[in-house]
Amino acid sequence: MNLDVYLLLPLISLSTVILTLMMLIAFCRNLSLTCAFSSIGLMVTLLLICAMAIDIQAAQTASLVDALVTPLIIVDAYALFFSGLMVFSSLCICLLSFNYHRARGEHQDEFYLLLLLATLGGVVLSQAAHFAMFILGLELLGVSIYAMISYPRAGRFSLEAALKYLILSGVSSAIILFGIALLYAAFGTLSFAEMAVLQRENSELDALYILAGSAMLLSGLAFKLSLAPFHMWTPDVYEGAPAPVTTLLATVSKGAIFAVLFRFFLSVDNYQYETILDGLFLLAVASIIFGNLLALAQSSIKRMLAYSSIAHLGYLLVAFIAADSVGGRALAIEASAIFLLAYFLTTIGAFGVVTVMSTEASDHDVDRLDEYEGLFWRRPMLATVFSVMLLSLAGIPLTAGFIGKFYIVVSGVDAELWSLLVIVVIGSGIGIFYYLRTIFAMTKRTMVTSVVHVPQTAGWTLAAVTLLLLVFGIYPTPVIEWVSRMAQAMT
Amino acid sequence: MTVIAIMVVLFLGGIIAWLSEAWNKDWPKWVAVGTCVIAGVVLLPLVYQADSLIAFSDADSSTWIELYEYPWIPRFGIHILFGLDGLSLLMVGLTIFLGFVAVVSSWDEIEKSPGFFQFNILWTLAGVVGVFTSLDMFLFFFFWEVMLIPMYLLIAIWGHENRSYASMKFFLFTQLSGLVMLIAILVLVILNGADSGVLTFNYFELMKHQLSPDVSYWIMWGFFVAFVVKLPGFPFHSWLPDAHTQAPTAASVLLAGILLKTGAYGLLRFTIPLFPEAALQIANIAMTLGVIGIIYGAMLAFAQTDFKRLVAYSSISHMGFVLVGLYAWNELSIQGSVIQMVAHGLSTAALFMTAGAIQHRLHTRDTRDMGGLWHDMPRMGAVAMFFMVASLGMPGLGNFVGEILVLFGTFKVNPPIAVAASIGLITGAVYALIAMQRVFQGERKLTRNLRDFGVREMTAMIPLMILLIFLGVYPQPIFDLISPALSNLYSTSVNQIPWVGGLK
Repeated sequence: MNLDVYLLLPLISLSTVILTLMMLIAFCRNLSLTCAFSSIGLMVTLLLICAMAIDIQAAQTASLVDALVTPLIIVDAYALFFSGLMVFSSLCICLLSFNYHRARGEHQDEFYLLLLLATLGGVVLSQAAHFAMFILGLELLGVSIYAMISYPRAGRFSLEAALKYLILSGVSSAIILFGIALLYAAFGTLSFAEMAVLQRENSELDALYILAGSAMLLSGLAFKLSLAPFHMWTPDVYEGAPAPVTTLLATVSKGAIFAVLFRFFLSVDNYQYETILDGLFLLAVASIIFGNLLALAQSSIKRMLAYSSIAHLGYLLVAFIAADSVGGRALAIEASAIFLLAYFLTTIGAFGVVTVMSTEASDHDVDRLDEYEGLFWRRPMLATVFSVMLLSLAGIPLTAGFIGKFYIVVSGVDAELWSLLVIVVIGSGIGIFYYLRTIFAMTKRTMVTSVVHVPQTAGWTLAAVTLLLLVFGIYPTPVIEWVSRMAQAMT
Repeated sequence: MTVIAIMVVLFLGGIIAWLSEAWNKDWPKWVAVGTCVIAGVVLLPLVYQADSLIAFSDADSSTWIELYEYPWIPRFGIHILFGLDGLSLLMVGLTIFLGFVAVVSSWDEIEKSPGFFQFNILWTLAGVVGVFTSLDMFLFFFFWEVMLIPMYLLIAIWGHENRSYASMKFFLFTQLSGLVMLIAILVLVILNGADSGVLTFNYFELMKHQLSPDVSYWIMWGFFVAFVVKLPGFPFHSWLPDAHTQAPTAASVLLAGILLKTGAYGLLRFTIPLFPEAALQIANIAMTLGVIGIIYGAMLAFAQTDFKRLVAYSSISHMGFVLVGLYAWNELSIQGSVIQMVAHGLSTAALFMTAGAIQHRLHTRDTRDMGGLWHDMPRMGAVAMFFMVASLGMPGLGNFVGEILVLFGTFKVNPPIAVAASIGLITGAVYALIAMQRVFQGERKLTRNLRDFGVREMTAMIPLMILLIFLGVYPQPIFDLISPALSNLYSTSVNQIPWVGGLK
């Protein structure tokens, strides 16, 4: 097989699934069929990515230049890792949301189409090596998400959330585009690799343009990553969007954007600018502190998870900043990849529980804290799964979250970011409080007698995610070995 | 393999206990008792091995009864490294024994989800066994955190009226200090790795670290804070009265009996041997904190009207002796600290069981509502008297041996501290006797018929009494068991720097 075609396989497979699904929906509207078809398509893509990941590492072709397919796309181990994550999480969303959508009746099939399109956007982003591809992926992801947030036509909150996200995301896209224009003015190219070469060899670049461009790019992406102080939209949109879409927002959208931002920073070596490092530092501190503090005040699970995800992106920035020192770069890449993996698993699980809880409440999502009271006695397994997810968010051993937090601290210590580590400790301390409060609410003996029905598909998916989370928390060695080789190849 | 076998037994026992709830509400407690017995039986052969080891200890310098290593996360040089020496064996034995006692003590106290309750008890035990035997810092931290969650759930689900606050406080204190320790561990490992070129979490390898005094001084603080919070030492003690008071009886027994000991164990096994020089620098601060804990704890215990709170504050006072003894750091005082750990574990466990039994019968912990209970419950009164007297340090019982050894050892190093600490013996007598008087003697305030200790309660109490008398009258077997391990810890650190007043 032609090497280029081989490397493009994930994109090809995903696009084929999307086109076929479009035809399928046009001719035969059947939610089970649609969901099954998209799940199988995603599964095939995931298997392809896994096979290629093993293949690429065995062949030692993970370096940046070898894997360029056209000037636009790069398929190295890093890209495969993140593509795999995107596809995996949308597979989980697909399975988790089936019963949720079926209970809501009417035309739900297009949701899966949008989900697949968003995934395609995520995969494109994680494989982008050029700003053209970057914008393509960003908009593919963004536009699908607008539609998905407003999918429940009857809900007032979802419309409000969609509008908010549309406007703010549009503004941030504009800022990003302007930043890219400035970078183009400085470099005269849009390719990451060429920019890197220029940055290394040409000292006559106009640093002001690069700085301004990077700053605008960074702040635009910080919007999408919901880093404080660009986080204002997050709680409202998380709350208003249907739970499966919230899962997508928290995982695929953030992960893909982080992946491409990190790749840009690493290849162009933006770390040489002190100002940008200071900005990143402030973003990290603000996200950890505000995220955790505001999460304290929430009585809605979705809003709490929204703020907690702001804080988690703040933790992730510690590794991002740690990549500043060249010696610790491999470790920082490894740390962010592992942390994101843990974050994905946990977030999917946590919002999965909200999805399951909301299955039968056809007009809203069950996310008030008091609706979860006594869940331990009503649905012990569901409550246990949710507790495991919350403990994982808090970074307690036996769960994936611990491995993630361990990595963040390791990379922080390695890069000697003492003040950030203090902030991480303070943030985690506050975090424990609201995670435990939720667990405590579930252990309460209350009079709430409403029976929660756990549908089969979603239930088994949740069980599988929890199992993965625990296995990864207890024996992460295989994943760590793969990722550490990936990180070594990147530097 | 024994250590792993014990942990597997406890983990599996916990799961079986939880599952068995579905068939019969009474099964979980039997499963839990059975699990503790099996774990004890598995441990027993090691005691004989320990004997043989001691016999040959002059010829062979190894003090480890068992030691094994499997790779876990090779990327960071993390191994599953379990080691068992006399000290660990003693602590593991205490853990399993008190686990058994805790299950028996809460025999018919638990009505909601007994299966999940026993699951948490057994998992706490498993976590604590892990803490006492891990010799890889990552593994140690792993178990250090793992034991918290079931304990949190025990307090949060089965606790008393103010359980939300108490369980949260307990978790926050220990978790935050644990994070500080994690950072300290990582700094130690990464700096050591930068020096030696190999990343390793291995305790024996880390002992050889060559960090500058400044750096090790700061890392040492990270460890110190985590362990002193758990101990609990004076400025960090405030979680303990709340947690103990709100916890169900079995959880109080585990908390006082073994969880507090993990802090002392950590200081003894890790903080001082890893950073002897830095530990010496703060020895006076630590001993002063210990003395403040002794006196302050005793004063607060005296002022309590809540029976469980009283016992909780007395724990702070007794653990102060452990802290003083450890930082006096000579063989006499360390042995005293270890004996004090065991004796305090036994006597306080019994006192919490008594407090729990009283609350179960009277539905109050307020000593002002009690009085004259001896009349209705003579057996309970006698048992309480025994353990109160033990805890005030009566010669002939275990606590006396521990405290007096600590005082002797400390006197050689720092006489003023020893003098101040010995005040604790007097204040201890004051609050213990006052408590006895308020609760069991004096006028009968309740004329209800109260059930005295029955066969089940006495089966839990009598072994505790026998052990305490044994410790007090003939502690030599315990010394034989722990002294190879202790002198090993002692000599490795003393070889690095001459401790003031070290006795060798």
